[in-house]
Amino acid sequence: MSKRVGLEVSLAIAEAVKLADVDMVAAYPITPQTHIVERLAEMVADGELKAAYINAESEHSAVSLCVGSSIAGARTFTATSAQGLALMHEILFITSALRLPIVMVVVNRALSAPLSIWGDHSDIMAERDVGWIQLFAQNGQEAFDMTLQAFRIAEDHNVLLPVIVNIDGFTLSHVIEPVDILDQEEVKKFIKEFKPFYPLDPRTPLSFGAFATPEYYMEAKKQLEQALFNSRKTILSVWKEFKKLYGRNYTPIEPYKTNDAQLLLLTIGGIGETAQTAVDEMREAGIKVGLLKLKLYRPFPINELRRYCQNIKTLVVVERALSVGGQGGPLGFEVRSAFYHERKKPFIHDIILGLGGRDVKVDDFKSIVKRALKNKPKEYEFIGVRE
Amino acid sequence: MNTTIPVYIPKLINKEENFVYGHRACQGCGLALAVRLILKAAGKNTIIVSPTGCLEIISSPFPQSAWNVPWVHIAFENAAAVASGIESALKILQTKGKIPDKKTNIIAIGGDGGTSDIGLQALSGAFERGHNFLYICVDNEAYMNTGIQRSSSTPFGASTTTSPAGKISIGQITWKKNMPEIAAAHNIPYVATANPSYPLDLIQKVQTALAITGPKYIHCLVQCPTGWGCATDLIIRIGTLAVETGFFPLYEIINGKYRINVDVPKLRPITDYLKYQARFRHLKPADIEIIQKKILQEWQKLKEKAAK
Repeated sequence: MSKRVGLEVSLAIAEAVKLADVDMVAAYPITPQTHIVERLAEMVADGELKAAYINAESEHSAVSLCVGSSIAGARTFTATSAQGLALMHEILFITSALRLPIVMVVVNRALSAPLSIWGDHSDIMAERDVGWIQLFAQNGQEAFDMTLQAFRIAEDHNVLLPVIVNIDGFTLSHVIEPVDILDQEEVKKFIKEFKPFYPLDPRTPLSFGAFATPEYYMEAKKQLEQALFNSRKTILSVWKEFKKLYGRNYTPIEPYKTNDAQLLLLTIGGIGETAQTAVDEMREAGIKVGLLKLKLYRPFPINELRRYCQNIKTLVVVERALSVGGQGGPLGFEVRSAFYHERKKPFIHDIILGLGGRDVKVDDFKSIVKRALKNKPKEYEFIGVRE
Repeated sequence: MNTTIPVYIPKLINKEENFVYGHRACQGCGLALAVRLILKAAGKNTIIVSPTGCLEIISSPFPQSAWNVPWVHIAFENAAAVASGIESALKILQTKGKIPDKKTNIIAIGGDGGTSDIGLQALSGAFERGHNFLYICVDNEAYMNTGIQRSSSTPFGASTTTSPAGKISIGQITWKKNMPEIAAAHNIPYVATANPSYPLDLIQKVQTALAITGPKYIHCLVQCPTGWGCATDLIIRIGTLAVETGFFPLYEIINGKYRINVDVPKLRPITDYLKYQARFRHLKPADIEIIQKKILQEWQKLKEKAAK
């Protein structure tokens, strides 16, 4: 039986990690990730969770410990934020290329400078191309569910890729939400035993991490890309199974009031719920607006996105990240390029807001839609910044 | 240790080769020799972790491998962290009954750059956490793999491509970082120095270390004809001269207690060591005097520690 409780989202994630019966947690503290790892350390200290909890001396070593652990065949978890994720950057590529099914929760936070401990997506957008599967949760229940799902997806032998579950710093990580916590028996139906594809065993000596000459490098990268695209199939089947077992539905993009909409908002992460409230209010006022919430960021669900946007005039990408010196936000680029060759395409209007923890309010979405419905909205603009 | 080796003793060395021929080391590479001996000492039941560096490059050009034991390379600065992860994982998997309970040697083998420069933080973390593994620094005293750039382990006065001797420079102007002392400062149970010119000493140290639970550190000087500018057929002699001149003494620190393994009643002049190597060829008598003085000081300090 599952139990519906009011729980801080970070603690709900720790519950999911415990239910997945991880063998190894290696981490380094950074705000706002800390509550997740503190709770896990507590569980290990109390014997509730039978795992090694290793205090690394940096995030670089934390993820390196995870890599060693995963090669050795242990189910492995870590969590980080912002500067910590940036410090891991180098090893993230290696983790995916070595096809190690590590699960990491990234509590999204702004990158320095100026130093900011508050939420946005600048940390994770800088890790867009590292070859990990990436999920974005918009509420506590999704954070809990996706953490569990991540182990199933990552460890499936048709996938064998690391997974990042993204949750917004503070506005999601530190809020108390109602969460259905599954019990151990229920989870047993879903989580399988982790079997490493290649054993690290002196009886069968294998070399991990060889170097490649130009004769081999490109093939390795192409294979990784294929693996990441192929993972989509498993992700969808894991979600299907999850729905069958527990009733909650997951899709790469969650549509909301998209039928007959002339304008769609596209959000990623926790602001999706705020946008939803705004859509409800605007619909009451007769504005034909709908919402797409991007849940699966890698592999990017390009076909769903095109499909949802077939009959709309304007698509407004709303994101908490900026590509300085580029053309707006990184998600905006990606969405624009998804439509470039389409014959029928919406005008794409990219909004940058909520950087460094600045509030994103229901009224912001209303004003965004108002601007976008003007005759000539800009390709991209900032919202809520003093100029 | 008695330096005269009875002729039959080499026959007692493990015949098994776990670091095998076909690797791409330069002719006369002291590193390849040291690693071969380390593997003979450790045996088959061993997992090796290497950071990026000479060893990784010479042994793992895909699809080939010179390793007959499991071998893991991830990046440059994290070998100690990766080894920590492997050790912790095997331990917890054994505790949870997921894998059979048996001892496997975990040895990280890194170069001087991967140990004393970029990998020092990860190494310190692994020592402090107390993982049961052996870290061996194979020290050829510069970034040889990338083209002989200086490291913090390059000796004073050596000319490298980034500390070149020039009209107004003698080359490296800092003293070699004392890694064994840094390791010992972590209060780990075993620290030793070694050098493949003393194969039995090296083998014995690896075996001693592997029999001890906890973090262990061996600092192994490895001759590099390419980077040092020395004759490939002289590397064994150069290794013994490093010891006989006091340039690189062989000693152990077991639970804090120092022991000199190859005693040298009267050190040979340092010129006997320097003269075979092009990296020191530019040094003037006054520079050599500075080096000589420092060596005598350090040797004295070591002897005092060993006398305690």
